[in-house]
Amino acid sequence: MSYFSDIFKGIKTLLTGMSVTGKYFLTSRKGAITQQYPDNRDTLKMFDRFRGEVIMPHDEENRHRCTGCQKCEIACPNGTIEIIWDRGIDEETGKKKKKIDKFVYHLSMCTMCGLCIDVCPTDAIKWGQNFENSVYDRTALTRVLNKPGSKLMPGVED
Amino acid sequence: MIRALSITKSIHDWLYSSMSENMAHLVEMVLIALVYLAIFSVAGLFLVLIERRVAAWFQLRIGPNRVGFQGLLQTMADALKLVSKELTGTERADKFLYNLAPYFVIITALMALAVIPFTQDFQAFDINIGILFLIAISSIGVIGILLGGWSSNNKFALIGAMRSGVQTISYELSIGLSLLTMILITGSLQLSQIVEVQKNGWLIVQGHIPAIIAFMIYMIAGTAETNRAPFDMAEAESELGAGFHTEYSGMKFAYFFLAEFINMFIIAAIATTVFFGAWLSPFGITESIPILGVFWFLAKAMVLVFLMMWFRWTFPRLRVDQLLTLEWKYLLPLNLMNIVIMALIVWQNLIIRF
Repeated sequence: MSYFSDIFKGIKTLLTGMSVTGKYFLTSRKGAITQQYPDNRDTLKMFDRFRGEVIMPHDEENRHRCTGCQKCEIACPNGTIEIIWDRGIDEETGKKKKKIDKFVYHLSMCTMCGLCIDVCPTDAIKWGQNFENSVYDRTALTRVLNKPGSKLMPGVED
Repeated sequence: MIRALSITKSIHDWLYSSMSENMAHLVEMVLIALVYLAIFSVAGLFLVLIERRVAAWFQLRIGPNRVGFQGLLQTMADALKLVSKELTGTERADKFLYNLAPYFVIITALMALAVIPFTQDFQAFDINIGILFLIAISSIGVIGILLGGWSSNNKFALIGAMRSGVQTISYELSIGLSLLTMILITGSLQLSQIVEVQKNGWLIVQGHIPAIIAFMIYMIAGTAETNRAPFDMAEAESELGAGFHTEYSGMKFAYFFLAEFINMFIIAAIATTVFFGAWLSPFGITESIPILGVFWFLAKAMVLVFLMMWFRWTFPRLRVDQLLTLEWKYLLPLNLMNIVIMALIVWQNLIIRF
């Protein structure tokens, strides 16, 4: 009699489903994933893989890891990154060497595709967690990522 | 015909002493109609809010909690917004039927509300064919849906309305038969009589196994009757836009929306009356305070409403063929078998009574 066993199996699976959602219902107070955003602005932490904007981390001595190879500029599909570079004398070896002058990042054109970060051989640029990007003038969205007077971190090119 | 709550007895007496009998009768009817309209709108708005909060909790969200304390005024604000919105319509729509449809839905819901025994004396219309009246009225509501879908001049609305028709015609049988199973114990269709019988134990206890089966069938068919998920073929957002009320806007849409929630409450209220002893308290603990009957009635009804919300946020939608298979191949034969079992139990007097 598969007719009756079907019915019992059906009821059993329905109850299984209801117990799953019931557990979620009971734990919803602690486990709610909703962020009440403007209220918890101070404590809000975005997810690790959140793509807010491209940033260039600097260490305490104002040094970054960008060698100016321009791979990110080539990889970018819509010209978001512009690297203005120069040749300077390297202090250790005394040879002429390429270095970045300004790493210009147009946030207004960025689609957050992440190709620049994937392609970077020295991990100089990363995803930032900031998302409060509204400004009154769009020129404010054009950013220079390397801080003024910053230098290349030694040992990156090795 | 009209039995007033004991608190309103004085109003009743005052009305009859201050004016002629016919006039007093008329005024009293208008007053009761207003009271029920108020219950209708407040309960509707409250249920919409509850649904949204419960849905949020099932989905690990928070839900509306900004307007008023814990979002209590959220649906009130939504209703105000809907009142202020323009009433739009489609070209070459059947204007008369289009405007008439929401009232069919809302009036049938109100009429069903009238016979529900909230407590001992709080029942507007204690008709002696109560259950039959409820079943008949609740299936008239589908005419409103059919008219709305038909007159909208929109193919999605028409498909939604036709699906709703198919569904209601099928599941009416199960609702009727599962209630009939319980009528075998009570021997009366009058709701006050049904409550009277349950003073020796709620019917779900009296009827034990067949009563539980009947209750399960009733809840499945009742969910289908209100066009709620998993039986929301009539609105099926992902397929039909909004189904039969795609073309409705503003307050006319709100009527459909409120009526859906009131119908859910009515289904729960019928289940409360027939299976769970209506306003009777468990083991008669508050027998001496009759006004608490309202509390018990609403508490039981809310538990059942919660159960229906639980269904909605757990189960995926059925296909049309699965819907009809469930009704005609499973629920209907089981129901008929269940009636025979119940008849045997009543005949052999195997009912559990305290």
